[in-house]
This record gives sequence, structure tokens and C-alpha cells, in this order.
Amino acid sequence: MENNLLLIDFGSTYTKLTAIDLINEEIIGTAKDITTVESDILEGYEKALSKLKEKIGCIDFGSHLACSSAAGGLKMIAIGLVPELTAEASKRAALGAGARVIKTYSFELSKREIEEIDSMKLDMILLSGGTDGGNKKCILHNAKLLSQIKNKIPIVVAGNKSALDEIEEILFNYPQVVFTENVMPKLNLINVEPVREEIRKLFFERIIEAKGINKTKSFIENIILPTPAAVLEAAKILAMGSENEEGLGSIIIVDIGGATTDIHSIGKGDPTLDSVNLKGLEEPFAKRTVEGDLGMRYSALSLYEAADKKDIKKYLSGVEVLKECEFRHNTIDFVPLSEHDFKVDEGLAKLATHYSMNRHVGRIETLYTPIGMVMNQIGKDTLEFDYMIGTGGVIVHSKNPESILSAGIFSESEPDILKPKNPKFIIDNHYILSAMGLLAQKYPTSALRMMKKYLKNI
Amino acid sequence: MEIKLPTIVIGVIGADCHAVGNKIIETILTEEGFSVVNVGVLSTQEEFINAALETDAKAIFISSLYGHGEMDCEGMREKCQEAGLDDILLYVGGNIVVGKQGFEEVEKRFVSLGFNRAYPPGTPIHAGIRDIKIDLNL
Ligand code: B12
Repeated sequence: MENNLLLIDFGSTYTKLTAIDLINEEIIGTAKDITTVESDILEGYEKALSKLKEKIGCIDFGSHLACSSAAGGLKMIAIGLVPELTAEASKRAALGAGARVIKTYSFELSKREIEEIDSMKLDMILLSGGTDGGNKKCILHNAKLLSQIKNKIPIVVAGNKSALDEIEEILFNYPQVVFTENVMPKLNLINVEPVREEIRKLFFERIIEAKGINKTKSFIENIILPTPAAVLEAAKILAMGSENEEGLGSIIIVDIGGATTDIHSIGKGDPTLDSVNLKGLEEPFAKRTVEGDLGMRYSALSLYEAADKKDIKKYLSGVEVLKECEFRHNTIDFVPLSEHDFKVDEGLAKLATHYSMNRHVGRIETLYTPIGMVMNQIGKDTLEFDYMIGTGGVIVHSKNPESILSAGIFSESEPDILKPKNPKFIIDNHYILSAMGLLAQKYPTSALRMMKKYLKNI
Repeated sequence: MEIKLPTIVIGVIGADCHAVGNKIIETILTEEGFSVVNVGVLSTQEEFINAALETDAKAIFISSLYGHGEMDCEGMREKCQEAGLDDILLYVGGNIVVGKQGFEEVEKRFVSLGFNRAYPPGTPIHAGIRDIKIDLNL
């Protein structure tokens, strides 16, 4: 085993370095500098590295592992047949691979949609449709249209296996096509892991090069993951444990950023209530959702628009909310200084937590029928989940992080929304989740023990 | 086993939770060699239709046991057409209406709803199997 490791996160704004002493399972030091994609991504990296060296001296690193969300992250679209079935399954698989899913398409595509897709500056397309042995017509139609796009970005095919041979013929001259297992092999059965695997491989092999990040390859052995996928990997190991170390059980991670709020949940989410009937597409065990309209800066205005008046009042009473949101939307690098600024940020973070949790978790739908009430559960029941973990600047720098996370727990006023009732709270106050997700790819037990050591229980 | 027969979507429609017959139908159709996609009890029209779309089913066998079948089945054919399932066969069986009514009348009403076949109470699933083989020339 090597002694020291350098973990690198090429973020959208900052390139962050975390130096790890693997023997003692300690963080030796961290440093960051602005990410430089336009010129050479190494510039920002070198600057951060020299800052790191000032702090900790010259240290030899065994391996360098990196994740990246630079240059807009991994931009994808998901294509399926029925919106609630293969289209939704594809979207979930892509999100879990760490992608930014720009749009989800269903049914047979039109020429117009193909033109739209062509103009989107995507990194990858996920094409699905039909259960194994099921509908072939739709995916064949869509493959035919996709074969004509001008921007030949990689296509991952994860649809009806009985259509694969024909798709292969249709896309014979298409430069980059990967075939994998069906994302929904049987009705309502979701199969996300093989798709995620292929997306991540492609991300590594092809996307990195397209974005000028290959320059780092010579010494960074692997840019192994998109950053959001690294966080999901950290969450998985933290929840489920490794071979030699027990995990924490079922967890939810709330990651509030300037433009989006991500929620990751690890746990099955089977019904805990009596006499409910589980409905719809199966949920991935490790699930990530991204809310593009809920964020602290760029998305502050859309957050305001998405929020209910009564919730705004509850979390931000006495604040000129619209004005504050407009200001943050227009000043994306705004850093709170005054007590008032912190208070407003905290209130907005509560709104973001509240709504992103409501959209992530499952709900109970009550039907009033000729023979009385019937209750259906759609999505994950997280009522009994053990932990909620907060990360992202606003939570990490807040004096009351628990009050922000509390905005995401179960409430009697929304009894049909299955959020955790009594979770323990943890804060990622050293900002290590993505780094630990990377470390876990090589040393899962060390990553787990370090998370237990550095994450703060509150 | 010989080559698979076509896919049939089965399930119990509406707020109806009678589960036993549904399981039996799944077992028998599977033994007969059909690909069976079971949407289960308490299923909406949309769930039957979405399942049929993704799985390329040739027929939907709807069960209704609790007596509200007629109300639950209204609009099913139109929704199928809307979804592009132009040629799908729709059968319904179980105890599809309340109490003992003259079945000829009942059958007429279901045919006018766009169902290809409707079965009186107590009809075993084998009747459905016999008829689907006729209707699909199997
Ligand atoms: C067990 C049972 C229940 C159980 C169900 C447990 C469960 N989860 O499965 C419980 C107690 C919950 C229940 C509740 C109710 N029940 Co009840 N129940 C029965 C009972 C006694 C047996 C049903 C059964 O399992 N049969 C065995 C299976 C194998 O047969 P099957 O379901 O009929 O299915 C076969 C055939 O019908 C056929 N078939 C079915 N679908 C199709 C489709 C096609 C295309 C074809 C070809 C054939 C076919 O093949 C199947 C397999 O062989 C029947 C009476 C009876 N003897 O049928 C009443 C009965 C169905 N129930 C009835 C009623 C009214 C109710 C309630 C409304 C009572 C109430 N007021 O609360 C509730 C409704 C609850 C709900 N939301 O659905 C009535 C329905 C009356 C009507 N339609 O006119 C019945 C007929 C009793 C009666 N004589 O009044 N019930």
C-alpha cells in the first residue's frame, strides 16, 4: 500500500486538492485554486498544488485520483419509450452516473427533436426503450434518426435486447456506440448499474479528451469519475460499509450548491406504513436527483418562484425575499458577510432542502374509491432512514446547519411525503465527500474510516 | 419449451385488491407458454397501457372482481388508441358487474366499450386462452 495520495476535484469553479496520509488515515492538507478550462486545466492545478506545498511541504504521492465537473460537467440526454418507464429509468441511470441530464425524451422522436438534440452541445446520449423482448419499433426509429445527427457524440444503448442487432446495423457507421444491458429489462424493474458503468467508462475514455483534461493524464492515472458520481460513491460506502468495516445504514445526503441542489439516498425505501401498495417503477438503491431550479445563487430566483408563499414566510420572515434572490442570481460569487446575509442564505437553504427532499422521496397517494380509501406508495419511503448528511458551502459554513437539515425532515403538515422522521444529522465540515468517493475506488475501508473520523455528528 | 407465445399484460383494474385469481392467471398463462407481464392488483388503465407499450403486448387481460368493472373499464379502448395500441386485444373477466345480471346485456355493454371479449363470473382463464389463440391465429 502506498503512503500518500493526492485527490483532485476539477470543479466547475475551483480545482480542489486533498492530500491524504493513508497509513494514519489522515488529511494532511487541502488547497484550491480557480479551475482553468479555457487555457490549460493544468494551470489551476499547478497553482493549487504550490499552495498545498506551502502548507505541507514537498511530499511524494503514490497515486493521483481525480474527479471532474469542469466545463459544464457531463451533459447528457436520456431517451426512452414511455415517460414513466424506460424514459424515467434512463434518466435515473444517467443521474446516478453523475451526469447533468439536460432533457428526457420519450416515444418516437421527431426531426425537430433531433435538430434540438444536435444543437445542445451534449457529451453523450443514452438511448433506451422497450423491455427485453418488448417494443422494438420505437428504439429502432430513434436509432435511425440519431444516426443522422451531425455532432457524433457517443451513444450508450441500453434498450430492448431483441433490438440490439438491428440497432447495431443502423449505427454501423456511427463512430461511438456502446451497447449494454437494458435499463428496464422487465416491466417496472430497473437495472441502472451496467448503464452507469458504461457511462463512466466513456466519460473517462472520451469526454475527458474532448475537454482538454487529457493533459493531466500523464501523471494523474485516472480521472475516474464525474464529481457527482464520486459523492454518490462516498454515500454508498458510508451507508453500506466495506468488507471489514460496518456502514451507517440508510442515509440521505443534501448537497446545496449555487445552481442546483442534489439529493442522494442510499437505501431500499420499501413501505414502512401498514396497508400501502407499492406502485410504479422500482427505485435505484443508490439514487441521485438534481434540482436545477433550486440553488443559492444562480438559481436563487427560480428557487423563489418554486417556493410556496407560506414556506417563504416560515423560513424567511421579515426578509425582502425577492430582492435578495434577484441580487444573488445576479451576483453568483457573492459571499455572505453580515449577520443578515447569513440569515438570508440560511433561509434560502432551508427552502432548497425542503423542496429538493420533497421531490426526491416517495409519497403516499390516497385514492377514494367506491369501496373506500386505497393508499399507494410511489417512490422511496425514507421515514425510518438513519442519517441525513449536509454538504455544500451554505451548510458547511452555517452556524446552524441542523436547522437547515431539519427543513428536510418529515412534517405533520405534509403527512403524505415520506421524509425521514427522526434522522441523526451529520455535517461534511471538511468538505471531503467527493474526495472520499475517489479514495473508495481504491481503498474502500480507509475511505469509510476517514469519513467516520472527519464527518461531524451534530 | 417451444417458442414463446406473444406477450399478454394482465392485472386487476381499479381499486380492486382481489389477488388470488391474478396470481393463478399468471401461472397458467406462463405454463401455456405466453410471456406474461403482470401489473398486479389496484392498477389504473394507464398502468396497463404503459406496460403494453414497453413490452409490445398483443393483448390485455383485465380482471375485475369487486363489481365496479364497468366504471373502471370506461375509456380504456380510447386511451389505447391514443397511445398507438391500435390492434391490441382487450379481454375482461372475473365478476365484472355487481350481482347477478343477465350476462348477454353485460357483454353488449363491454363490447360497446371496445372490449373484444367479456366473460361471465366463474369463467376459467382457459376460455381466454382458447379465444386468444383464435383471435391471433396461433
Ligand atoms: C377472498 C375474497 C376477498 C378477499 C380478497 C383477498 C385478496 N387480497 O385476494 C377480501 C376479504 C379482501 C375481499 C374484499 C372484498 N370483496 Co371479496 N371476495 C373474495 C372471494 C370470497 C374469493 C375471491 C377469490 O380469491 N377467488 C378465487 C380466484 C381463483 O377466483 P377469481 O378471483 O374469480 O379469478 C378467477 C376467475 O374469475 C377467472 N378470471 C378472473 N379474471 C379474468 C379475466 C379473464 C379475461 C378471464 C377469461 C378469466 C378471468 O380466472 C381466475 C382464475 O381462475 C369472492 C367470492 C368468490 N367465491 O369468488 C368475494 C367477492 C369477489 N368479493 C366481493 C366483494 C363485494 C368484496 C368487497 C367489496 C367487500 C366489501 N364491501 O368490503 C371487498 C373489496 C375489496 C377490494 N378493494 O377489492 C364480491 C364481489 C361482488 C360482485 N362483483 O358483484 C364477491 C364475489 C363475494 C360476493 N359473492 O359478494 N374479498
